[in-house]
Amino acid sequence: MGIMKMGGKLWSNLFHKPATLDYPAVPRDYPAASRGHLEFDPSDCILCNICGKKCPADAIHADKASRTVVIQRMQCIQCSYCADSCPKGCLSMTPGYTEPDPTKVVDTYTVPEKEKPAPKAGETA
Amino acid sequence: MNQDQNFEVLSPEAVPETAARLKSEGYRMVQICAITMEGASELVYSFDKDQKLLNLKVTVPFGTPVKSITPSYWAAFVYENEIHDLFDVEFTDSELDYKGNFFRVSTKTPWKGPEAKGAE
Amino acid sequence: MGKRTIVPFGPQHPALPEPIHLDLELEDETVVRAVPSIGYVHRGLEKLVEQRDYQQMTYIMERVCGICSFGHGWGYVGAVEGLMKVEVPERAETLRLVFHELSRVHSHLLWLGLLADGMGFDSLFMQCWRIRERVLDIFESVTGGRVIVSFCRVGGVQCDVTPEQVAKIISVCDEIEDEIRKTGLVFINDTSVKNRLRGIGYISKEDAMELCAVGPTARGSGVNNDVRDFTPSYKALGFEPVLYDEGDCLARCRVRIDELMQSLDLIRNGLRNLPEGEWRVPVKGNPPEGEYAFRIEQPRGEAFYYVKGNGTKNLDRARVRTPTNINIPAMVRMLQGCSLQDVSMIVITIDPCISCTER
Repeated sequence: MGIMKMGGKLWSNLFHKPATLDYPAVPRDYPAASRGHLEFDPSDCILCNICGKKCPADAIHADKASRTVVIQRMQCIQCSYCADSCPKGCLSMTPGYTEPDPTKVVDTYTVPEKEKPAPKAGETA
Repeated sequence: MNQDQNFEVLSPEAVPETAARLKSEGYRMVQICAITMEGASELVYSFDKDQKLLNLKVTVPFGTPVKSITPSYWAAFVYENEIHDLFDVEFTDSELDYKGNFFRVSTKTPWKGPEAKGAE
Repeated sequence: MGKRTIVPFGPQHPALPEPIHLDLELEDETVVRAVPSIGYVHRGLEKLVEQRDYQQMTYIMERVCGICSFGHGWGYVGAVEGLMKVEVPERAETLRLVFHELSRVHSHLLWLGLLADGMGFDSLFMQCWRIRERVLDIFESVTGGRVIVSFCRVGGVQCDVTPEQVAKIISVCDEIEDEIRKTGLVFINDTSVKNRLRGIGYISKEDAMELCAVGPTARGSGVNNDVRDFTPSYKALGFEPVLYDEGDCLARCRVRIDELMQSLDLIRNGLRNLPEGEWRVPVKGNPPEGEYAFRIEQPRGEAFYYVKGNGTKNLDRARVRTPTNINIPAMVRMLQGCSLQDVSMIVITIDPCISCTER
């Protein structure tokens, strides 16, 4: 008869340390490839808005007139399509998830003026 | 991984007879799908026998009812009610007709109509 | 004839991870008729194809459902590649196959856990999910996503797999194989599990064929309509369909346990015979006018993808027919004549994925 078929496993589990982490006391170790959140480095950005055109969730938009890049953190689906298609490599997916927040977090980055401005309409999708 | 494509055109009137014939030949119904086109809906009936897919395309003008294939394939009620609720194609003689209560959607027939066609 | 009562089952029910509603018509304790209705998680993702281009749709299709995410990605991408006549490199095809089998391992382990949870066997449930975590760690370290793997792209795969990662995946497969075998034996041999599953939710081979059931639901009744059995790349890795004839809940459970072991073999065979070369080819232009139907075998059964192009970057229609969609009629048939307390077990054994069903 098959009663207590789990017995052996349960017994050994008693004497092993738990399979789970003692989170948050022990932080989670994310692998380097983890798509956690979108990182933006404004120094190279040419405000071409390819990211905005590629984003399936309309979570990122680069505005040439006001020289800003707006990322709607709560709308982003971490697909990394923008990071893959950025011609200057300003966008990257880095480990660490967006923290929960009662409000919809919107990050606005101002892109600094370059000494030699990038040629107009140099990049189109 | 290429898969064989086999599309055939069928008239709406011939749907129930064809379904009955395919059933007697041992075909399995795979799916029914609807596509909204200009002034008409296109239904794609897919059947399978020994992993060979047979797709039948049926063009149904708006407002024209189609005879249900549930007498042959009872399982088709899932698709027929779904298409009725989302695409507004009416199926007559259905063996299990929900009369628009299969999908609980807030707007009526949300996937029909040209307004969503090509909208950017 | 006794008095008939109608008992609503769902959309909120402890046995259901996702919302489906059943109206159960009861005669005393016996279910006479069950009427399903859905639409609680309908999001209209298929309709988005008219506003998003075909590349963006890959990401949206992957998000139809969390558990079947990889399968939806592959199915959609395969259909678009067929429409655009893109030749996918062999390495990419094999990697997709390997990751699809990995996602089958994680999906079946999740299901075994839910089954154990549904019958109140919580230590077994945790054991299953503990093994599953190892598979999710592989996904995260290779592709960056734990659940939404996002591995398939039109023309290939997102990233290559390094030899170290290949060795790692093979060693994890070796480690979890033993654990899965032991855990599977609990499902097969434990008296309490057997009492809960054997002879319940019976569906005959004829009925399963008649109701067009797919996947483990059909294979538990001896119906072989496994798409993999007719796919050359799977056959080359030594695939044989798993079939049981009993047609009850235990048979469907055993199909999934055997498929787990088989998937591990396929993963290892695939990785050991991984072809060298390109893993992604560039795709130019828009999908041409035309249509393409594509099928893959998802963990829950055969999934059907249909795309229709019109020459622009937006497709006219992308259709997903998920396995749960067509297993609902079979479930309704199984429920007829069962006892009220078995309803939750029967609903679980078809492995319902309602997000997929409603899209």
